[in-house]
Amino acid sequence: MSKAVCFMTKNFGKYDVKSIGSYMAIGGFNALKKAVNMTGEEIASTLATAKIKGRGGAGYDMGKKWSQAKSVIADNKVVVCNADEGEPCTFKDRTLIEHDPFNLIEGMIIAGYTVDAQNGYIYLREEYSHLRPLILDAIKQAKTYGFLGENILGKGFNYNIHLYSGAGAYVCGEGTALVESIEGKSGRPRMKPPFIKQCGLYNLPTCVNNVESLSLVSSILLDDEKKYLTYGTEGSVGTKLVSVGGNVKNPGVFEIPFGVTVRDIVYGLAGGIVDDNEIKLIQFGGASGKIATKSILDTPYTYEDLRKDGVGVGSGAILVVDERTSVIDFLRTTQEFFSHESCGQCTPCREGNRHIKLLLKKVAESTHTTADLASMRKIAKIMAMSSLCGLGETAQSALVSAMKNFEEAFQIK
Amino acid sequence: MAFGTNDKVLTKELAKQIDLILFAHDNDGSKLVGILLDIQEVIPNHYIPTEVAYYLADKLDVKITTIYDCITFYSSISDKPRAKYPIQVCNSIVCKINHNDNLFETLKELLNIDLNETTYDGRFTLESVACFGGCDVAPAVRVNGKVYGHLTTKEKIADMLNELI
Ligand SMILES: Cc1cc2nc3c(=O)[nH]c(=O)nc-3n(C[C@H](O)[C@H](O)[C@H](O)COP(=O)(O)O)c2cc1C
Ligand code: SF4
Ligand code: FES
Repeated sequence: MSKAVCFMTKNFGKYDVKSIGSYMAIGGFNALKKAVNMTGEEIASTLATAKIKGRGGAGYDMGKKWSQAKSVIADNKVVVCNADEGEPCTFKDRTLIEHDPFNLIEGMIIAGYTVDAQNGYIYLREEYSHLRPLILDAIKQAKTYGFLGENILGKGFNYNIHLYSGAGAYVCGEGTALVESIEGKSGRPRMKPPFIKQCGLYNLPTCVNNVESLSLVSSILLDDEKKYLTYGTEGSVGTKLVSVGGNVKNPGVFEIPFGVTVRDIVYGLAGGIVDDNEIKLIQFGGASGKIATKSILDTPYTYEDLRKDGVGVGSGAILVVDERTSVIDFLRTTQEFFSHESCGQCTPCREGNRHIKLLLKKVAESTHTTADLASMRKIAKIMAMSSLCGLGETAQSALVSAMKNFEEAFQIK
Repeated sequence: MAFGTNDKVLTKELAKQIDLILFAHDNDGSKLVGILLDIQEVIPNHYIPTEVAYYLADKLDVKITTIYDCITFYSSISDKPRAKYPIQVCNSIVCKINHNDNLFETLKELLNIDLNETTYDGRFTLESVACFGGCDVAPAVRVNGKVYGHLTTKEKIADMLNELI
């Protein structure tokens, strides 16, 4: 039996994504209508009760983020929807936009209302440019129906949504790089502080959320029976979109209740491994995520259990690699990705990636020494500790976890 | 082929097209990234010629260095002419383990070019890019914004090319 559920995906296939009327016919914008009769604090606390953690990778408490954003005192604030989805093997935000664009717009309007923002910005990666017309059209229709613009629903709330495009830079998913990019510059992360929640886009207080986080909002607000709270485990309430890919028979996006096992996902939902090969490794959360051996199959997919096993939820990607790929080849491809995507602004990340790349080449050629392995560990540690942004901090997650879980791959010959 | 950047590309018509794009972006220099992408789309060889970069600097009142900072930083923006159909092959992990090496090799053979080269008729360029979110249909390519997936055999790859032209 399939372990997938339909909570945040309940609208998928249920309406014509090009028509606001058809969205409204299935209850679209009821959440907004409800929201405007609540205070921002009440909305934030509803999210806090559902214990929603941000779905962009960092897992920050969403209710807390919104209540902090609300409490910042400023005449002008902005909301940003992070649709930069750049982690390899992550394609759930794409799926959400393709199947339920109006729900994202509704979530963004509620976000704006909650934190008292006047403008919302969607930062869509260039690679998803085919979704631009769909989003622009949804914004336009929402405006025509008075859900955007002046005096929304007669509540004196003024709010508009703007669509901005990325241009092929993974690092722009990082909040400060993202706002730099929207401001018409190259996307190099800023020094922190100031944090963007106080001083972000155009120096305004900025509340950034992932597509999936925002797409959850309407369903949560309308969930009078508290159905969401019945899914998942105590530490990980609710459901999550996972994007499963690699050497599986049936790659795709699935909404799972937290607590199903990794095996349920890989063998149940994703159909098992092609040619029934053995699993070599599983990477969680995209290229910046850690890797585990197949012994993780019986671990429940929750924040706490994955953490115990040394990995994490991250972006929700689950990459399954079978025995035909070696651990070192895998790591070299991941390394290549980070070497390419590092913005080069700070030394630990720029130089660290360069050195690790060379050292991995030695490992692949079996010419490495004990000292090389020690260097790799040391560089990885320095990068994690002293890089300017999350890219450099996590670029060696896969390597460090591999050195622990796949020691034999690094054996000196 | 008229591929050299010294040729005059900024014709009156193109300038008009660019002005329209700028208008659609409120002539706002802070919308530079989107502007560059839109202009690149209307230029047949999908790039930002030097003349155009200077034209923009003037029109938008932004420094030319800011414009080149963007052009060089973002991998989707190019300052070199490309083909009518730039074939972007994903080189990230999901496509890699789904044998994108076969995809690369087959494309090289069918098009008779190497990576980063353009076919003699200016129709195809072969490029290697990072994951574009088509991992569920890996191995995949992206051409002018459209994703073609499951390119596992020579037949499927040839079909994809035929569909383009
Ligand atoms: C290098 C880097 C890339 C990131 N890419 C994304 C991304 O593509 N999408 C995303 O939502 N968050 C991404 N993040 C995380 C964001 O910085 C931020 O935590 C998130 O958008 C906040 O939204 P959430 O709280 O709803 O998760 C990235 C972070 C880093 C350091
Ligand atoms: S950690 Fe890497 S990507 Fe981040 S600012 Fe430093 S060089 Fe740039
Ligand atoms: S890894 Fe190739 S499209 Fe994502």
